[in-house]
Amino acid sequence: MAKSNVIARTGNEAMAEAMRQIDPDVVAAYPITPATEIVQIFAGYVADGVVKTEFIPVESEHSAMSACIGASAAGGRAMTGTSSQGLALMAEMLYIAAGLRLPIVLADVNRALSSPINIHCDHSDTMMLKDSGWIQIFSENAQEGYDNMIQAVRIAEGVRLPVMVTTDGFIISHGMERIEILSDEDVKKFIGEYKPEHYLLKTEDPITIGALDLPDYYFEHRRQAAEAMKDSKSVIVDVGKDFAARTGRTYELFEKYKLDDAEFAIVAMGSTAGTTKVVVDSLRAKGMKAGLLKPRVFRPFPKEEIAEALKNLKAIAVMDRSDSMNGHEGPLCLEVKAALYDRSLSKPIVDYIYGLGGREIRMQDIEDVYKEISGILKTKGVGEVKYLGVRE
Amino acid sequence: MANLKELAKQKELFTGGHRGCAGCGAVMIARQVLMAAGPDTVVVSATGCLEVVSSIYPYTAWNVPFLHSAFENAGATISGVEALYKSWARQGRINKKINFIAFGGDGGTYDIGLQSLSGAVERGHNILYVCYNNEAYMNTGVQRSGATPKSADTTTAPVGKVKKGKEQYRKDLTAIMIAHGIPYAAQSIVGNWRDLTSKVEKALSIEGPKFINVFQPCRLGWGYEPELTCEMGRLAADTCTWPLYEVLNGQYKITYKPKEKKPVAEWIKLQGRFRHLMKPENKGLLDEIQALTDKNWEDLLKKEAASAPLKAA
Repeated sequence: MAKSNVIARTGNEAMAEAMRQIDPDVVAAYPITPATEIVQIFAGYVADGVVKTEFIPVESEHSAMSACIGASAAGGRAMTGTSSQGLALMAEMLYIAAGLRLPIVLADVNRALSSPINIHCDHSDTMMLKDSGWIQIFSENAQEGYDNMIQAVRIAEGVRLPVMVTTDGFIISHGMERIEILSDEDVKKFIGEYKPEHYLLKTEDPITIGALDLPDYYFEHRRQAAEAMKDSKSVIVDVGKDFAARTGRTYELFEKYKLDDAEFAIVAMGSTAGTTKVVVDSLRAKGMKAGLLKPRVFRPFPKEEIAEALKNLKAIAVMDRSDSMNGHEGPLCLEVKAALYDRSLSKPIVDYIYGLGGREIRMQDIEDVYKEISGILKTKGVGEVKYLGVRE
Repeated sequence: MANLKELAKQKELFTGGHRGCAGCGAVMIARQVLMAAGPDTVVVSATGCLEVVSSIYPYTAWNVPFLHSAFENAGATISGVEALYKSWARQGRINKKINFIAFGGDGGTYDIGLQSLSGAVERGHNILYVCYNNEAYMNTGVQRSGATPKSADTTTAPVGKVKKGKEQYRKDLTAIMIAHGIPYAAQSIVGNWRDLTSKVEKALSIEGPKFINVFQPCRLGWGYEPELTCEMGRLAADTCTWPLYEVLNGQYKITYKPKEKKPVAEWIKLQGRFRHLMKPENKGLLDEIQALTDKNWEDLLKKEAASAPLKAA
């Protein structure tokens, strides 16, 4: 097993550290709260000459992703980091990066979308791009953010799809944590070299990238991208296994916490999953069979595996840190319900929309959710969306 | 500088068989630019006529590496390609010289892509940006752009019972690019291959961001007979409606001075988009175009006379 070095880092520092060790050929980025530090710290590495990266301080996030697309199509490793409005401005180019099958890696620090303008955490930005063709990996803490970034490089290049690794704005990005980092050498060994077959700088073998597809080809190309997304599941699992073998830190499609014998479970992503684990422990001590399912990989959504993991529960609460504004439920709840439907599993499920714009989620809130769903079999409320911690 | 005979013997880097209109000026620009640039060139194109007619899957007219991603980002996209080259050169992974050329129409350059272009040249990437300027959004069907001249008839600023085409002047993008302090900016036309290819050769010999604004007659959008494309370009230069000049490190040089400056009406009367200007009641508008053209030409002559190299010779 590789040696780990224990250090104290904020989430943003951990992401920048991962990027330094990955040492991509090109980074193009634009500052935005709360992701700014990633870009700043990385610019410092460039200024000190500790990376071989060409850093492009672009004039917008749209240009950041456009430049990453140029660099990736030209044959290099390209990375960026952003948040919220920045990700929204990139939206057009994110779809294009995925459609062109370019293995770009992006650190998204989750932040609410305007309007009203707000700089704090929720998952609206990532969820806005859930159908963009990007692999989306959520992190519970800085350690996972760091580990996910390193794995993302191999995942992206393994399936030729771009990967977005998320950390919760401020909660993770600005919180100092104890993390274990790999040596530079071990990271290099883990990610290997990127050797695409066709690329723009190979001028002796010219190719056209980004051609116009009319109705005779577009559908097939989109179908291939969809298949790549489906296939990525096994690549993500394999990369996670290899990473675990080298670090002892396990990474699967999702994490089960005291779930196997649980009667009541919460499904939650990001930092809230960490808070929920503490609540699960305290409820277990009081005799409730509480559990947690923490999706790590939201895209592709591992529906068969999640349905299997949830099949024995009496009731489920899904915690959505964004609102689809669709007149019924949040994005995570819809996915979980669809997964259960295909297994003909009809469970009492309640969707809790919480934490928008950085609204605090406390242990007591989570405990209340468990209590509510444990009594839900006798009361009304199944199938309704509940807004947690909002004044109404 | 190769002569025409030598150029004609080169391998075609932009081939025939594309779907450009008969008499399309944009494809002439692409072909001539690549003739001057040679095979070690990577091309990025903004969405637009040139991209659409040249790269319909599974075909391509590009015998050089070509990338298209979106409409408003050719400047940023070529920045990324060039940045990778710099990174690889530093790592010793590549050592041959490669030209990085971006193409955009006036829509992708003057308007929606201006921020991306401005950022790219401000950052100093070693690129050549070529605008094929046909003075309207031709790909979507002749809508007005920031490059459309006053009084031209377009589908979003049409000549109607009350209005007489576009009511605003076109912006001077070449001046905007010169104001960025880039080492080389120029204007050229379709219809003078020597002027265009020599400017491309000169641009590519210079390190840093370069910009060439090529005036491109469009038979569809301008409303003239397709065989007249080159003639329409040359008339634009002869009437001084599109002066041919270059600015090298701040030094202005007019590269073509017509022996006899023709009246703009000679150029305008051949175009459907200006048909209404031939009516007696619109003589004032025609006179205004002539007056503006004269003033711009005089200003350019003064700039040439006044400009000195940034560094003493």
